[in-house]
Amino acid sequence: MSAAPPPTPPQSPKLSRPSLVRKAVGLNCPNCGAVMTLRTFSNAVNIVCPGCASVLDATDPRMQILQEASNRKPPTLLLPLGSRGKWKGTSYEVVGCQLRAITVDGQSYHWFEYLLFNPFAGYRYLTEYEGHWNDVTVCRAIPKSISNTTKPKVIMGDQTFTHFQTANATTTYVIGEFPWQVRRDDKVFTKDYISPPFMLSSENVAQETTWSIGEYTSGKDIWQAFKLPGSPPSPRGIFANQPSPFADRPKTFWNTSVLLLSLALLVLMISYVISSNKEVFSSTYDFSQRPGQEASFVTPVFEIGGHPSNVELKINTDLSNNWVYFNFALINEQTGEAYDFGREVSYYTGSDSDGVWTEGDRSNTATVPTVPPGHYYLRVEPEMSAGSVPVHYTLQVVRDVPSFSFFLIAAVLLLIPPIWLTGRAYRFEFNRWQESDYAVSSGGSSDDE
Amino acid sequence: MSKVTLNCPNCGAPVEFAWASSVQAVCAYCASILVRTDVDVKKVGEVSDLPNDASPIQIGTEGIYKNLGFVVAGRILYEYENGGWNEWHIVFNDGTSGWLSDAQLEYTISTQFNSPGAIPPATDINIGKQFHWGDLNYEVTSLTQAHYRGVEGQLPFQYWDKEDCFFADLRTTAGRFGTIDYSDEKPLVFIGEALDFTALKLKNLREFEGWTQ
Repeated sequence: MSAAPPPTPPQSPKLSRPSLVRKAVGLNCPNCGAVMTLRTFSNAVNIVCPGCASVLDATDPRMQILQEASNRKPPTLLLPLGSRGKWKGTSYEVVGCQLRAITVDGQSYHWFEYLLFNPFAGYRYLTEYEGHWNDVTVCRAIPKSISNTTKPKVIMGDQTFTHFQTANATTTYVIGEFPWQVRRDDKVFTKDYISPPFMLSSENVAQETTWSIGEYTSGKDIWQAFKLPGSPPSPRGIFANQPSPFADRPKTFWNTSVLLLSLALLVLMISYVISSNKEVFSSTYDFSQRPGQEASFVTPVFEIGGHPSNVELKINTDLSNNWVYFNFALINEQTGEAYDFGREVSYYTGSDSDGVWTEGDRSNTATVPTVPPGHYYLRVEPEMSAGSVPVHYTLQVVRDVPSFSFFLIAAVLLLIPPIWLTGRAYRFEFNRWQESDYAVSSGGSSDDE
Repeated sequence: MSKVTLNCPNCGAPVEFAWASSVQAVCAYCASILVRTDVDVKKVGEVSDLPNDASPIQIGTEGIYKNLGFVVAGRILYEYENGGWNEWHIVFNDGTSGWLSDAQLEYTISTQFNSPGAIPPATDINIGKQFHWGDLNYEVTSLTQAHYRGVEGQLPFQYWDKEDCFFADLRTTAGRFGTIDYSDEKPLVFIGEALDFTALKLKNLREFEGWTQ
C-alpha cells in the first residue's frame, strides 16, 4: 500500500472564470461605429476594424484606437475571415490576415499571411504568394548554424536547410484579430532557409528571433479543407520551397538506362563470342579509268554459310590524293536476288603551316544485314576520274561480323531520356535559385522573363 | 497524503489545501489570499477578479504527462506589454508539482531544475547566453519584463506580495525549454518541453461557444 492515492480535484472557486466561454457581442468600432465580430475570445490583443481599418486595443473594453484608420483599398482575401475548415486534423477558423512586402532591386513582392485559430490547439498560419501556399507553424526548437559553406546552412531536427533569402519585410495591410501587437508598417528582418518542401524562416525584431517552419501546400487542399468556391489561382513561377516536379525521376531514369546499357553491353560481348566472323572471299585488283570503257566485272562464286546473318565487304586501297567510287551488287547465284550498294573511298594528304594533314581514309566497309546462306558472287563497277593514277585494291567478304553499331544506337536512345530529364531538373533548380539572394546575373540587360 | 481543511480567517468559509505542496490558497468565497503556516492560515492580501482570459484550462483540468496523471491546482496570470500568459500549477499523481504554461495557446510543461549552477543576476543576462543543464545547451532567446495580473487556486509558493517579475526564456536545438525566474531573490530555473495540445490529453476543459474540441 505504498502508492499514493490520486489527488482529489479541488472545488471550482466561485471567482473562477465561467466554464463556458461565450462570444462577445455588441462590439462597435469607436472610430466608425462598424459592428465588429470577435472570433478569438479574449486571446485577441489587437483587432482591426473591418470598416475603417483602425487598429484597436482588444484587451480594453473601450477598445482604444492604437493606429488610425487607413484609406487604402483593402486587398481581396482568398481566405475570407471567418472561413472554417479541418486542417491537419483540427478545426481552424481564419481570424486575421497580414499583407507583407519586401523590396528587392526596387521591385516589391507581396504575400499574404492568414492567421488560423482554434481555441484549444492555438494558432497556425497559411501563407500565399502568387498562388503558392505554405502551412506554417512556430518552431519550438532553435536550429544549429553552419556558416562555412557558400550558402549558409542551418540544421533543425535531422534536416539541413540552405539559406535562400534575407530581407526586410514590412506589414502593408492588416485585418482581423491577433494575440499580439500588430501595426501597419511594422518591420521585421527575415531570413529564409529551404529544404523543399520545407522552408525555415527567422524573424528578428530588436534582439529577439522567432523561427517558423512552412511546408509547401497545394491550393487545392486548402480549397477543399475550407470549402472555398471555385478553384485556387494557378501558381506563378517557382517558389523557394516548391518541390521539384522532377524529384528523383532523373535518378530513376539514370538507373534504368545504366541497367539497360549493361544488358546491351552483355549482348554485344556475347555476339563477339558467338559470331563466326569468317572470311569467305578475298581478292586483289588493279583499276585505272579509261574513257568510254565499261569497267564492271564479276568475281568468282563463293559460298556464304551458316545461319542468315550479316555480310561485311571491306575495301582496302592504295589511294593518294584521289578518290574511287564502287557500285556493288551481291548476287545469289541460285535465286538471282541481288543486294545493291555503293561506297566511295577517298584519301587526300598534304602539308601547310600547321603541318601535315590528311582527309578521308584509304579503306571503307559496307555491311549487308541478314543474308541467307547460299552461293554468291559480287558484281563490281569501279569509277574514278579519267587520267588518275591506277588504284590497287583488295575486296574482302566476311560472314557473320559482330556488330557494334546496334550498341551505339541503343546507347544513344537510352541516354536521351535521363540526360533530357537531368537538364529539365537542373533548369528548375536554376530558376528556383534565380529568385534567391544567389541569382546568377544575366550580365548586361536585365530582361525579366 | 492528507488533505488539510482550514477556515478562511476573513469569511469563515472552509478552505481546502488539497496538496502537501500547497502553501498558498485563494479563498473561493471572498478572494482573500491565504498562506498556510501549518496549523493556521493567515490572510495576507486580496485579489481582484481575474480578467476573462481565454485559456481552455481551468482549475480541476486533468491531463497526462510522461504517463503520469496530473490535475491543475492553481495559476498565476502574468501580463506584459504584448499580452499575457498563464502558469498553471499542476500536481502529479505522485505528489510532485510542476507548471503547465499556456502562452497564446502554446503549451509547455516544466519542473524546477535544482542544480543549474551559477545563474547571473538579471542585469547580466542577455539574449544568446548559453547554459549547460543536463545534457543540453540552453540558449537565452527572449527576455520578458512582466507583472502579476492575478492568482487563483493553490500555489506552492507565496506569490501574493510580488509585483514585477523578470524572466529569461531559453531554448535548445532539441525542443526542450527553460525559464529563469527572477521574481525571487535567488533566481529559480525551470526546464521542460513544449507540447501539442492533443499530446497533453486534457480533460475537464472549458467550453467555447461555437466550438467543439
